[in-house]
Amino acid sequence: MSVLGSLSQLLEIVVALLLAPLLVGWVNQWRAWLQNKSAPPLLQPYRVLHKLFNKESVVAHHASSLFRSAPYVVFSCMLLASAIIPTLSTDLPLAPAADAIALVGLFALARVFASLAAMDVGTAFGSMGARREMLIGFLAEPALLMVLFSASLIPRSTSLATIVETLAHRELAIYPSLAFAGVAFTMISLAENARVPVDNPATHLELTMIHEALILEYSGRHLALIEWAASLKLFAYSCLGLALFLPWGIAEAHAPLELVLALPVLVLKLAIGGMLLAALETASAKMRIFRVPEFLGTAFLLAVIGMLVHILLGV
Amino acid sequence: MAGFPDPTRWLALDWVLVAVAAWLVVGLGGLFALRKLGWVAKVLFPAGGAVALLLFAVALVAMFSPAEHAVLPLGLPGLPFHFRLDPLAGFFLMVIGATAAGVSAFAAGYFRKGEGTPPGLLCLEYHVFLASMALVVVADDAYAFMVMWETMALSSFFLVIANHRLAEIRQAGYLYLLIAHIGAIGILLSFGVLQANTGDYTFANMRAQHLSPFWASVAFLLALFGFGAKAGIVPLHVWLPEAHPAAPSPVSALMSAVMLKTAVYGLLRVTFDLLPAQLWWWGVLLLAIGLASALFGVVFAAVQVDMKRLLAYSSIENIGLVFAGIGLAVLFSAYGMKPMSALALTAALYHVASHAFFKSLLFVGTGAVLHATGQRSLGKLGGLVRVMPWVTWLTLVGTLASAGLPPLGGFVSEWLLLQSFLFAPGLPSSFLNMLVPVVAALIALVAALSGYTMVKFFGVVFLGQPREEQLADAHRAGWWERAGMVWLALGCVALGLAPVAFIDVIGRVTRQLVAAGLAPASSGWLLVPVDIDRASYGPIVFALGLATSFALAFALVRRLYHGRIRRAAPWDCGYPWQTARMQDTAEGFGQPIRQIFEPFFRMRRELPSPFDREPRYRVIVGDHFWHWLYQPVADLVELLSRWIGRLQQGRIAVYLLYSFLTLIGVLLVVRR
Repeated sequence: MSVLGSLSQLLEIVVALLLAPLLVGWVNQWRAWLQNKSAPPLLQPYRVLHKLFNKESVVAHHASSLFRSAPYVVFSCMLLASAIIPTLSTDLPLAPAADAIALVGLFALARVFASLAAMDVGTAFGSMGARREMLIGFLAEPALLMVLFSASLIPRSTSLATIVETLAHRELAIYPSLAFAGVAFTMISLAENARVPVDNPATHLELTMIHEALILEYSGRHLALIEWAASLKLFAYSCLGLALFLPWGIAEAHAPLELVLALPVLVLKLAIGGMLLAALETASAKMRIFRVPEFLGTAFLLAVIGMLVHILLGV
Repeated sequence: MAGFPDPTRWLALDWVLVAVAAWLVVGLGGLFALRKLGWVAKVLFPAGGAVALLLFAVALVAMFSPAEHAVLPLGLPGLPFHFRLDPLAGFFLMVIGATAAGVSAFAAGYFRKGEGTPPGLLCLEYHVFLASMALVVVADDAYAFMVMWETMALSSFFLVIANHRLAEIRQAGYLYLLIAHIGAIGILLSFGVLQANTGDYTFANMRAQHLSPFWASVAFLLALFGFGAKAGIVPLHVWLPEAHPAAPSPVSALMSAVMLKTAVYGLLRVTFDLLPAQLWWWGVLLLAIGLASALFGVVFAAVQVDMKRLLAYSSIENIGLVFAGIGLAVLFSAYGMKPMSALALTAALYHVASHAFFKSLLFVGTGAVLHATGQRSLGKLGGLVRVMPWVTWLTLVGTLASAGLPPLGGFVSEWLLLQSFLFAPGLPSSFLNMLVPVVAALIALVAALSGYTMVKFFGVVFLGQPREEQLADAHRAGWWERAGMVWLALGCVALGLAPVAFIDVIGRVTRQLVAAGLAPASSGWLLVPVDIDRASYGPIVFALGLATSFALAFALVRRLYHGRIRRAAPWDCGYPWQTARMQDTAEGFGQPIRQIFEPFFRMRRELPSPFDREPRYRVIVGDHFWHWLYQPVADLVELLSRWIGRLQQGRIAVYLLYSFLTLIGVLLVVRR
C-alpha cells in the first residue's frame, strides 16, 4: 500500500462526496434547459442537503431502529462503492477488498436495506415502493453482473482496477462485446438511478413513483443522507460506465502525474455524460411499470449476447 | 477401538463414535422421562448440544489428520460395520456438529407440552436422527451406509409427524417417507453396480473396481436419482414444501440444513471417491438439473404465503446452486483441469456450510415466531420487530446471508461460484464454452431473486404494522432460543468474515477428491481464488469500510448538525385513515413474480362475477410437476390397486381357488 495509493484513495472519496451532488445539479440544470424551463442554480442540491440536515427528523410513532439506521447503511454502501470504482486512479488500497461482483453485492445491500426500511413503517406507499424497487433490482442486478462479466472476460479478471488498466491499454477500436455491454449498461443505469423511462426523479404522482415512494416517510437528516446516497449512486454508476467504456485518463500506480490530470478529465467526462443523460431523459417518456421487465429483460439479453460475442469472436 | 485404551490415545474416529453413543444415551434418557418436559428441555437437549459441539471439534481436528478406519462388530454375523473418517466425512461432520449445536440449544426452549408425540419420545427421535446422520457420513461400506440412511429417514419421518393428529401432517409425512424410500432404492442399486459382482460391499472394494464407462454412468445416474430425491432436486422436490412446514421448527431446521447435505455428501462420495473417473456429460447433467432446481425453487419461494414453505422452496434453490457447483467441478475434473475443479468444489462446499447456518437460523426464527404468535401464514403476521427484537435482528442476519449479500456467508459462496463460472471459458469444447455465459446469467438471476424473496419474507413477517390485533401480545423468545439463534447467526457472520481460514479447511476435502486446492492465501485477510490480479475479495476490509463510514456519518451529522427527532403519525402522502390492512400482503409482494414467471406456475383464478353478493377473488398457485408427473403416477397406482383389489372377494372358497390355480400354473411351468 503506497503513500500515493492512500492519497488517491482519499482523494477519490472526497471527490465523490463533493462532486456527486454537483452532478445531480448539473443534470437537473440541463434537463430544465432542454425542457424550456428556467433552471435551478447549479449548487441547488448542496443547499437542499444543508437545509435538510438542519431540519429535525420526523419519524413515525412505531418506526423501529431499522428505519433510522437504514439511511446510514445506504449512504455507507454508496460511499464504499464510489471508493472502490477506479474513478481517478487504479492504484487504490481498498480495491482488492472488493471486485466487480462485490460491487454489485454492495448495491444490492443498499437496495435491500432501503426496501426493508420502506416496509418498516407499514404504509401502503412504502411497501408498494419496496416491492417495485426490489422488482427493478432483481431484473437489473443480473444484467449489471453480466455487463461486468463481459468486461472482465477481456483481461480474465473481475478486479475493477485490472479491467480498467487492460481496457485503457487496448487498441482504440469498437469492440462488439463492449458495444452490447455499453447499451445494456446505459439501460441498467437509467433503471437503477430512477431515471425517466423507468422512474421519474421529479414525480409527485403517488401511483407512478418508485424511488420516491421508497423514501416517502423520511425527513430531515435521514432524507438528506438518502438524497446524498442517491446522488452518490448516480456518480458511482457514471464513473463505472466511464471506467469500463471510456477508461482513458485514469491514473495508474506508476504514474503520479496522471493523478493531477485525472480530475479535470473526469469532470469533463462527467459534464458531457450528464448532458447526454438529460437529453436522454427529455427525449423519452416514462413507461408503465409492467413494461419495465421487458426493458430490463432486453438489457439482460444484450449483456448476455455481449458475453457470447466475446466468447465466440474472442474480442 | 480395541479394548478401550486410555482416552488420551483415542483416534478422532473413536471420539466420533463416542459422540454418537452419547447422543443415543441422551435420546434414551428421554424415553425414561416421557412426559417430564422440564427434564427433557433443560437437561437432555442442552446435553445433546454439548455433544454436537464435541463432534464439531473432533471433526475439525480430523480434517487435518490422515484418514482413520474402524470396524464395529455390530449388525449381522460376518458383516460388520466399517467406518472411515477422512476429510470429506470430517467436513460434513463439522457442518452437522456446528448446526446441531445451535439447533439443540434452540430446541431446549422450543418444545412445549401439547398435542402429539410426548417430549421424551421426541428427544429420542431427535437424537437418533442426529446420530444416524453422523454415522451416514462416516460409514465405509454400503451395508452400514444403507442402515444409517434408513434410520435417518425413519427417525426424521417420525419427527415430521410429531403432531400426528392433523391429517395434513400425516399426509406430508407419508409423501416424505414414500420419496425417501424410492430414493433409497436408487442408492442401493447404485451400490450394487459399484461392487461389480464381487459381492464385497465395502467402499474400499468399490474404489478398487474399474467400471467401464457404461456401468460407471449407470452407477452415477442411480446415485444421482437416489441422492437427488433426498436433496430435493427438481422433479423430486415435492416432499420438501410439504414436510418442512409439517415438522416442528428445530426439526425443519435440521432437515433443511443438515439432512439435505447428507445427500450432497453421498453424491460427492460416489462421484469423486468411489467412481474411478468422471465423464463430462455428468457435469452437464448436474449443472442443468442444479440450475433448473435453483431457478424453480427461488421463483416458487417468491410467491409463497407460508413462512416455512417459503423457506423450503428456498432450500430447493440453494441445493440447486450446490449441485450446479458440483456439476462444474465434475466437468472440469473430467477435462483434467484440477485447480478449476477445486475452485468449483470449494464454492459448492462453502455453500453447503453457509446454507446450513443461515437456513437453520431462518427456520428456528420462524419457529420462534410460530410459538409467539401461533401463525405461520405471512398474511397474518407483521410488525414483530417491536415485540420480539432479538428474534428480529438475529433473523435479519440470516435473511441477509440468505439473500447473498456481502459481507455475510452467503455472499462468499456465491462469489466463489461466479468466479468458477467466469473462468470456465477454457474448456476444450466450444459448445460448452458458449453455455457458460447463459449459466452465469442464470446464477446471477437466481441470486437476485433470492434477495427479492428474502426482503418479502423479512419485511412481511417482522416489519410494518401487525396485520392481526393479537400480534401485539406475542411473547418474547426465551433465553435458550436466543442462545441457539445467536450461535447460528455468529456462524453466518464468521463464514462471511473469515473465508480464508475456512477455505483452508475445505482445501483438505478438495485435495482428497480432485487432488488440488486453492492457492494458499498470500495475505490472511484477502480471499484470492486464483491470482490477485484476477480476483480478490477482502470481507474484513469491506465490513470495516462500511462500519467506519457508518460511524463517521453518524458522528459527523450529530456534530455538525443535531440529532433531534420528533415522533408523529406516518406521513403516507397525507392520508390519515391508514390501517394495517392497506400494507402490501405476501400475495401482493409475489404478484410481479407471478406475472413475469407465469409459465412456471399452474395458476387457477377464481374471479367474482359482478352480481356476487360476497365477491371473492382467489388465485391458487400450483406446481406443474405435481399435475403432470405425480398425479398421473398416483392415478395409475390407484387404478392398478383397484384392479388388484378385485381379487379380494373375502370368501375362503375363492382364495382356495386361487391357491389351486396357482398350483396348477406352477406345475405347468415347472417340469422335470
